[in-house]
Amino acid sequence: MTEAAGRAGTFDPVVWEPRRGRVMAGLRTYGLVAGMWIRSTMAYRTSFVLTAFGNFAMTALDFVAILLMFSRVDALGGWSLPEVAFLYGLSGVSFGLADLAIGSMERLGQRVRDGTLDTLLVRPAPVLAQVAGDRFGLRRLGRVVQGLMVLGYALVVVDIDWTPAKVLLLPVALLSGAGIFCAVFVAAGAFQFAAQDASEVANAFTYGGTTMLQYPPTVFALDLVRGATFVVPLAFVNWLPAGYVLDRPYPLDLPGWVAFTPPLAAAACCALAGLAWRAGLRSYRSTGS
Amino acid sequence: MGAGSWRLYVAVAAGGFRRYATYRVATAAGVFTNTVFGLILVYTYLALWDEKPQLGGYDQAQATTYVWLGQALLAALAIGGGGMENELMERIRTGDIAVDLYRPADLQLRWLAEDVGRALFQLLGRGLLPFVFGSLFFPVALPREVSVWAAFLLAVALAMLVGFALRYLVALSAFWLLDGTGVSQMAWIAGLFCSGMLLPLNVFPGAFGEVVRVLPWSSLLQGPADVLLGEADPLGVFAFQAAWAVALLAVGRLVQSVATRRVVVQGG
Amino acid sequence: MAELETETETETAAEAGAGAGAGAFIELDGVEKVFDVRKKTGFLKRERRQVRAVDGLSFTVSRGEMVGYIGPNGAGKSTTIKMLTGILTPSGGRLRVAGIDPSRERTRLAHRIGVVFGQRTTLWWDLPLIDSYRLMHRMYRIPDARYRENLDRCVELLQLGELLDVPVRQLSLGQRMRGDIAAALLHDPDVLYLDEPTIGLDVVSKAKVRGFLRDLNAERGTTVLLTTHDLQDIEQLCSRVMVIDHGRLMYDGPLDGLHEAGESERTLVVDLERELPPIDAPEPARVVRVEGPRQWLAFPASASAAGLVARVAERYPLVDLSVREPDIEAVIAKMYAERAGA
Repeated sequence: MTEAAGRAGTFDPVVWEPRRGRVMAGLRTYGLVAGMWIRSTMAYRTSFVLTAFGNFAMTALDFVAILLMFSRVDALGGWSLPEVAFLYGLSGVSFGLADLAIGSMERLGQRVRDGTLDTLLVRPAPVLAQVAGDRFGLRRLGRVVQGLMVLGYALVVVDIDWTPAKVLLLPVALLSGAGIFCAVFVAAGAFQFAAQDASEVANAFTYGGTTMLQYPPTVFALDLVRGATFVVPLAFVNWLPAGYVLDRPYPLDLPGWVAFTPPLAAAACCALAGLAWRAGLRSYRSTGS
Repeated sequence: MGAGSWRLYVAVAAGGFRRYATYRVATAAGVFTNTVFGLILVYTYLALWDEKPQLGGYDQAQATTYVWLGQALLAALAIGGGGMENELMERIRTGDIAVDLYRPADLQLRWLAEDVGRALFQLLGRGLLPFVFGSLFFPVALPREVSVWAAFLLAVALAMLVGFALRYLVALSAFWLLDGTGVSQMAWIAGLFCSGMLLPLNVFPGAFGEVVRVLPWSSLLQGPADVLLGEADPLGVFAFQAAWAVALLAVGRLVQSVATRRVVVQGG
Repeated sequence: MAELETETETETAAEAGAGAGAGAFIELDGVEKVFDVRKKTGFLKRERRQVRAVDGLSFTVSRGEMVGYIGPNGAGKSTTIKMLTGILTPSGGRLRVAGIDPSRERTRLAHRIGVVFGQRTTLWWDLPLIDSYRLMHRMYRIPDARYRENLDRCVELLQLGELLDVPVRQLSLGQRMRGDIAAALLHDPDVLYLDEPTIGLDVVSKAKVRGFLRDLNAERGTTVLLTTHDLQDIEQLCSRVMVIDHGRLMYDGPLDGLHEAGESERTLVVDLERELPPIDAPEPARVVRVEGPRQWLAFPASASAAGLVARVAERYPLVDLSVREPDIEAVIAKMYAERAGA
């Protein structure tokens, strides 16, 4: 038997890999791609240090602006500085984690425009995982670190009656918040299949969203709060859980247990974002543009 | 400078305007995003001025006007990046700049013309709509006198000059630095914070506020805003802006001549 | 051919058919791809129009064939390749590669195919070449022994040994292309798609790439489908050529037939020291154009330029000369002209 015929007759076992475990396959791919980008980053260490610091400084100035406001007033929308810092910390860390994980998805439109998305489609791995890991930017750790510092400061100075439920709610809220922001990033990515030049719309919901959540809900018009609760459920990132932890009433009339539902909101958001992604990819594969 | 070369720069500016005008979807996306950011910011300002009326000498209507003015000027003045500097840096990095040096037009003036064209489009195409939206749905303090509007437009034009001069210097750093990301990021951060985009500079407390208000970035947003809101003597603002524009453009010329001498010595 | 008939009825039968290495490996039957194009007709008005990029395309390619797929820009070449690789979903017709429906089972197909995009590298720009291969090793889950074996072979035949530790951004275009080809072959694909594999390469690099592809096809039996604008790629590699235009197959057969359909010529561009009367060129070369001191001589693509150059250099004061390769467009244009004439 010649080598060619022999190879043709045998089957690579990986081809028969069962279809279940797509999530695992996705995570594995994501890890591989992100790992490559981290190695690439380390090829330019100075640039990495500079941009990581820049990332930190950029977000830190947001908080400096809040500090400047509180140098002139004692409360904003009825919330004190430690309370606003608590909001800021929760939102900053959640958004920072999502931004670190898949913030580069905003470049998807670019890949669609120049045709390089095709090179990802011929690989035996989920496209979403490849796009999510694409241009993984370790420098975005700067944002996470800044958020953690403000959260740490808030936890030291804020006055909370700690209960086991409140302690437990904190990490749950952080992770759920990251999940909600990840869903927003993915949905925005899916939108770029339809409008490649419109990547900036995503900023309104991502950067705009986290900016909004840095301030108490009492500051905003009720319609805006409703939108952020029921339409794009950003309120579940920090407003609702923080309201419970700080014993602050929410501007909308919602039952108390809603504070514990961020994981459900995150799951629903991720499911919807996944559907949007599938629709986007399907339209790309039928139009090629 | 003869009439012929003026025509050249006008053509370059018109080209810059048209180049950005072709990105309709991106422009619409930008209008949307600026409007959303304006909405978020305006409520935080309203809360702030609720607590402390007359903060920084503004009343609440003036504060909301300031927010929407900021969103209108953000892209036009490229305060958060997005002007000609990325392209210029790329040309320096790839060495294409050597070609530009042999062109008949002056390097700095040509890029200025290009950037003015871009800024005019961003002002009309991207800045105007969020401003109109804000004026319709929020209490704003807009002047009735045509002369104030004219003075405001002059202040915006001077702001464009200062903004360009700052970003031109940032871009020229690419002659010495292999990777300009760090520098442009720092410039971007300084621009956003020191221009008053996050918070009006007259709200900044004490000596810190004194310092920030004399830095060149205050020409970008704070200057035009104070002219429009009638909070500052227009002539004083013009003089301040013009002084920074002349100084920064001169430094830009100096740096440019040092840098291009390097290029010529290295043979491109 | 009974085997072919049943091949796609069920998944397992299809695998058996493909696995036996017989019959059609790539199969297209009336494949269509229709795009909706929106054209601006006024300030806000948009007119919707349907464009048939691929229009009822049918052909088969057997295992181990090496086929040139050519046509003018916008003829539907890359749309076809995109459908074959599962990137695009066909609007109609039936398409199978190794018994797999590419658009429905994209990831499963990916293990069986290798793709090289001439102008878009899939290698990691800032990392040493070997890092990209390690990623392929893990992403395709290639068994260690086979990965090492394939890598060693590619490194040897494509002369990549010195380059493995060099960051990709520092590689020349030719080196990068060789690197890309190796990356597409580490998982032992049954079929290799190449999109303009020699574009922009110098003569030496082109020869290396062509030699490697020829050996790959002969020794490993890998099916190769390549699109190119370089007629020499086809001449040196492909026994079969398909010409596509306006989404339809214009010609499918041996290269000789294409030559008959449109005899191709190369052009020698000669810069003389001064204006001279047309060069007295030896048959079958002839002067086709004179412009001041520059003259254009056409000669058959199959003939060597060396003799002609020597002859001209001996008798005329030369400043510079260059050879222009015949391009696919010219051949196809001739084909059209001759058909119209016939």
